[in-house]
Parts: sequence; structure tokens; C-alpha cells
Amino acid sequence: MRHHLILRVITKLLVGPIIIFALYVQFHGEYSPGGGFQAGVIFAVAFILFGIVFGLEKVKEVFPAWLVHKFTAIGVLLYSGTGVVSMMLGANYLNYSALNPENPQAGQVAGIIAIELGVGITVAAVMIAIYYAFAGRPPVIDDEDW
Amino acid sequence: MELFINLFLFFMLVVTALAILKMRHLFAVVMLSGVFSLLCALLFVTLDAVDVAFTEAAVGAGISTVLMLGTMALTSRNEKMPRKFSLMPLLVVMATGAVLIYGTLDMPNFGSAKSPAQTHVAAQYLALTPTDMGFPNVVTAILASYRGYDTLGEVVVVFTAAVGVLILIGGLARRRHKDEEEAN
Repeated sequence: MRHHLILRVITKLLVGPIIIFALYVQFHGEYSPGGGFQAGVIFAVAFILFGIVFGLEKVKEVFPAWLVHKFTAIGVLLYSGTGVVSMMLGANYLNYSALNPENPQAGQVAGIIAIELGVGITVAAVMIAIYYAFAGRPPVIDDEDW
Repeated sequence: MELFINLFLFFMLVVTALAILKMRHLFAVVMLSGVFSLLCALLFVTLDAVDVAFTEAAVGAGISTVLMLGTMALTSRNEKMPRKFSLMPLLVVMATGAVLIYGTLDMPNFGSAKSPAQTHVAAQYLALTPTDMGFPNVVTAILASYRGYDTLGEVVVVFTAAVGVLILIGGLARRRHKDEEEAN
């Protein structure tokens, strides 16, 4: 789609606001609709839009596939690691009140922000990884691939 | 007014579903399934389930449409005509639909205060979230804290899905092959 001037200009304008909106949905989830799942998808959409308009190679320069694959696991580790931290502080697994014993509310908010970030990272990375996997295939399947 | 909006949205859902059934051009089918998801999201908004509507709009209408288009680019653009009209699938669908409608007869009325969804832990979550968490979005409180295990399971499912896709079509093996070639 390189020859579509309007699409290219609009995409360049939109990618930034899309990422900012994803971050808003991510970190404002306690007060407004949204959370890690939605934010992750919106974040991935920014990269997918860029990839559709400018080509897979360009977007892979920004966010290489090996890094995306790492981030799919980092999110899960961040989530389960938060649970392990609360266990080490003497509470049940994923009981965030232990993160701040003097102020359990603040502990809950901190834990929720951490695990939502984990959810967001995993979902965004998974969506981008699946997009790479589909878009990176040759349009006609070779005999060797079967 | 709300009844009218609901009726209109359900009518549009049925029309979209019938159009998807009729069409043979897969690009139009993919676009219409995006429209279908968007209508579902609107229905969730009328039910005041904005978090679910958000997810449906982002995942159903956004990402899935892109992934379906990506898949379509790898195969043919048109659906093959069925060879002959067969009665069996129609009978199976109608029987399943009849059983499902029969099953709903026992369910409490829509929005009933006595439905199990309202009488068990939901009231407790609503009452406790302001004191436990100190923020207003009960959905986030349930999803991330009260039901933290379930959400961890969901994230692991998403991760597993990605691993499955990458192993099947992601070209991980091919990349390793290429790395070896470059090393040589």
C-alpha cells in the first residue's frame, strides 16, 4: 500500500494517538471501562495498522519478532511473579493487600496495576506475534511447507 | 425507547447473519462478521456492560477482522458452492435451537432481582469494592483482584494460543534454519 499517500499520512498521524489511548485504557482501568485486555489489543492495533500500510518489514524494524516473542512470556511472568511476591510477604497467592500492609487499599491498587500491566503486555505481544505469523507467510503455500 | 433500540439491534444482527450465510465472496463475509461484532458491542452497551462492549469492539470487530483478512490472503477469495442441498444439518440446527429455547424457560426473567447472578457474590463485590480497593470500577476489582486466579488462567490461555500459532505457522523452525545458515 506504499502508493496510497492519504493512507500513509493518516496512519502516521494515528499511530501515536492510538498508543496514547491504549496507555490511558491500561492505566485508567480502575476508574473507567477498560483494562489490560482491551489496552493490549489497542496497543497491538497501532503496530498492525503500521504493518498493513508500510509493510511487514518496516514494522519488524520497530518491533522485531524475537522481541515480541519474549514479551508474550514476560507478561505472564509479571502476573504470576506479583502473586509470588505477595506469597513471600506472607499472604495468599495474588493477595495484593500484602504489598502495602499499612494501607491495604494502596496495596490492592499497586497489585492491580502490576497484573494489568502483565495482561496488557502479553495480550499486545500475542496479537502482534499472531499478526506477524499470518502476514509473514508467503501468499501461496509451497509443497515443502506441508 | 430501550426496547425499540434492542429490537432494532437484534433485527440487524439477524439480517447480518443471514447476509453472511448468503454471501460467497469471502472479503464481504469477513467485513460483515466485523459488523456483527460491532452490533454485539452495541447490545452490550445497552446492557450497561461497557467493559465487555469495549473488548468485543476491540477484539471481535478489530483484531479478528484483520486476522481473518490475513488468513484470506493466503487462501481463495470465494467460497465454493455446496454440491447438493442436504437436510441433515438443518434438522440438527433446528433441534439444537429448540432444546436451547426449552432450556431458557427455566431461567429467571431478564434483569430479575432474584436471578442467581444477583443473589450470590455479586452484591458482596459491589458492597466491598469501595472499602477494599478504594476505586469505583467494580469490573476491574473483580477481574484483577477478587478473581485474580481466573484472570491469570485467561492470560496463560492467551499465551498458549500464541505458542500454538507460532509452532504451527510462525516459522520458528525456519528462522532457526536461517540462523544456522547465517552462522555457517
